[in-house]
Amino acid sequence: MKNTTNKAFRLTLHMTALSVLLLLLAVFSSLLLFSLPSMKSLGWGFYTGRLWNPFTNEFGVLPFVFGTLATSFLALLMTVPSSLALSLLLGEYSREGGVASFLNSLIDLLAGIPSVIYGFWGMLVLIPLVRKVEEALRVPPFGVGIFTASLVLAIMILPYSASLGREVLKLVPQEQKEAAYALGATRYEVLRRVSIPYARSGIFAGFLLSLGRALGETMAVTMLIGNANILPGGIFSPGNTMASVIANEFSEATDPLYVASLIQVALVLFLLTTLINLLGKRLIRRGL
Amino acid sequence: MKGTKRRILQDRIFQGTVLFFAMIALAPLFLILFTILRKGISSLSLTFLTTLPAPPGEEGGGIVNALAGTGIMVALATAFSLPPAVLAGIYLAEERERPLAKMVRGGLEILQGVPSIVVGILIYLWVVKVTGFFSALSGALALAMMMLPVITKSVEETLLLIPHSLKEASLALGVSYSRTIFKVLLPAGMAGILNGILLGVARVAGETAPLLFTAFGSPFMNLNPLKPMSSLPLIIFNYASSPYPQWHDLAWGASLILIFLVFVLNVLARLGAKKWRVKF
Repeated sequence: MKNTTNKAFRLTLHMTALSVLLLLLAVFSSLLLFSLPSMKSLGWGFYTGRLWNPFTNEFGVLPFVFGTLATSFLALLMTVPSSLALSLLLGEYSREGGVASFLNSLIDLLAGIPSVIYGFWGMLVLIPLVRKVEEALRVPPFGVGIFTASLVLAIMILPYSASLGREVLKLVPQEQKEAAYALGATRYEVLRRVSIPYARSGIFAGFLLSLGRALGETMAVTMLIGNANILPGGIFSPGNTMASVIANEFSEATDPLYVASLIQVALVLFLLTTLINLLGKRLIRRGL
Repeated sequence: MKGTKRRILQDRIFQGTVLFFAMIALAPLFLILFTILRKGISSLSLTFLTTLPAPPGEEGGGIVNALAGTGIMVALATAFSLPPAVLAGIYLAEERERPLAKMVRGGLEILQGVPSIVVGILIYLWVVKVTGFFSALSGALALAMMMLPVITKSVEETLLLIPHSLKEASLALGVSYSRTIFKVLLPAGMAGILNGILLGVARVAGETAPLLFTAFGSPFMNLNPLKPMSSLPLIIFNYASSPYPQWHDLAWGASLILIFLVFVLNVLARLGAKKWRVKF
């Protein structure tokens, strides 16, 4: 009797674990299955097309892939110096004490702010500012666009990447740093020759994971990028990302081909973020 | 060998640069908090928390439907994700080295990274399309899918902290395996599991994208999980995109409440983790 309940229990555990994998399989196969119509009818044109026009049944994903990559990498570029500085500050210069614990809780708080609030803040605070900058630079003052979206993305991923960097820097063995200090090295030299080389792959992985977040980020970008289905001409021009085009158009899409192409966009987005995330996680594990 | 003075100067310059860029990083973060606090507090009131949104152009109005919606959907999502998460977490902790466990761990990592908008599409395809209507239930399922990896991970990590001797003692007394898990291991790790739930709730309470095509939102008070339902993030998104200043005020107030909620959950999780840390 006891034996059978035990067996049943172990079986249940097995089945649940297996169902996690089944869920993942379902994710992948559903995206694949439901985008079949667009794959069949558009073929490779989906990946090479520069036009996205539901009225003429032209669906090219290129503008959105470009928009996603452009906003994410720009955001990463804007975040890197500040995020590195913040992780150095909290992982090396001031690890304990009032200021450090205040900043640490501030960073945790900001990492938890939902993306829709960043988007709202961006709409009401950032857009007017960007518009002024654009007027000064004599480009069309849209306010919205690749630049604005990247700026908010940069602010959003900063707490995340800074806290990852902080954790990695804290893992540098104290003995190694002390050895360098004992040889007369300055703090800068210790950081450059001991801490940063030791933590390098972890820091890099942290940036990859932040990139993964930026790639899949939806709400804030949707609210700020201007939602123009074109290949953006410059960093101030409006565009669209894979996530934002889905958010904008999926509930309006009725034509089967239109729906299928949006699902195919989701498939591409899923594969891209998964690739970046797995790479980041693998690097973090190997580095630590 | 460079001169000592030069090296010290170099060190100082570097420190200055770090401080400078850290300030640049902190400035917008402070600005965001400040804006939300200032604009949010002015729209907070008892009526704000207890009335329905007002039509455009009218003063006042509140977010009671969104509060109820967030509460209901997050509770449902927790109920949906908790049982499989606990069972999967037990499996991962108990059968650490099995190939299946390793694959499941990898699978959870991928699931955790699925963009939230893609989760929304999936639940639309699996639930909304099949049932034929938008519903809070489908929204809760989308949130549950996002909570699952978080809770599973913390169940696994908590159980790993519990010493083997505890389990062995129970088994040696002739207690069955399943009873040992449910009556000895899970209670010992309860704090960690609660902590995981809090983190999971904090993660999904602010999610908008998975609800766009599932719960959809509704301007009315609705407690029926089979009907469209509003939530705090949805109301913020809808009102933020509207041209009416009154609705912007509602959105600021809702933002403040939402941030406060997430903040409290995070603090509770951290305090709980510190206070009830599994130690033997």
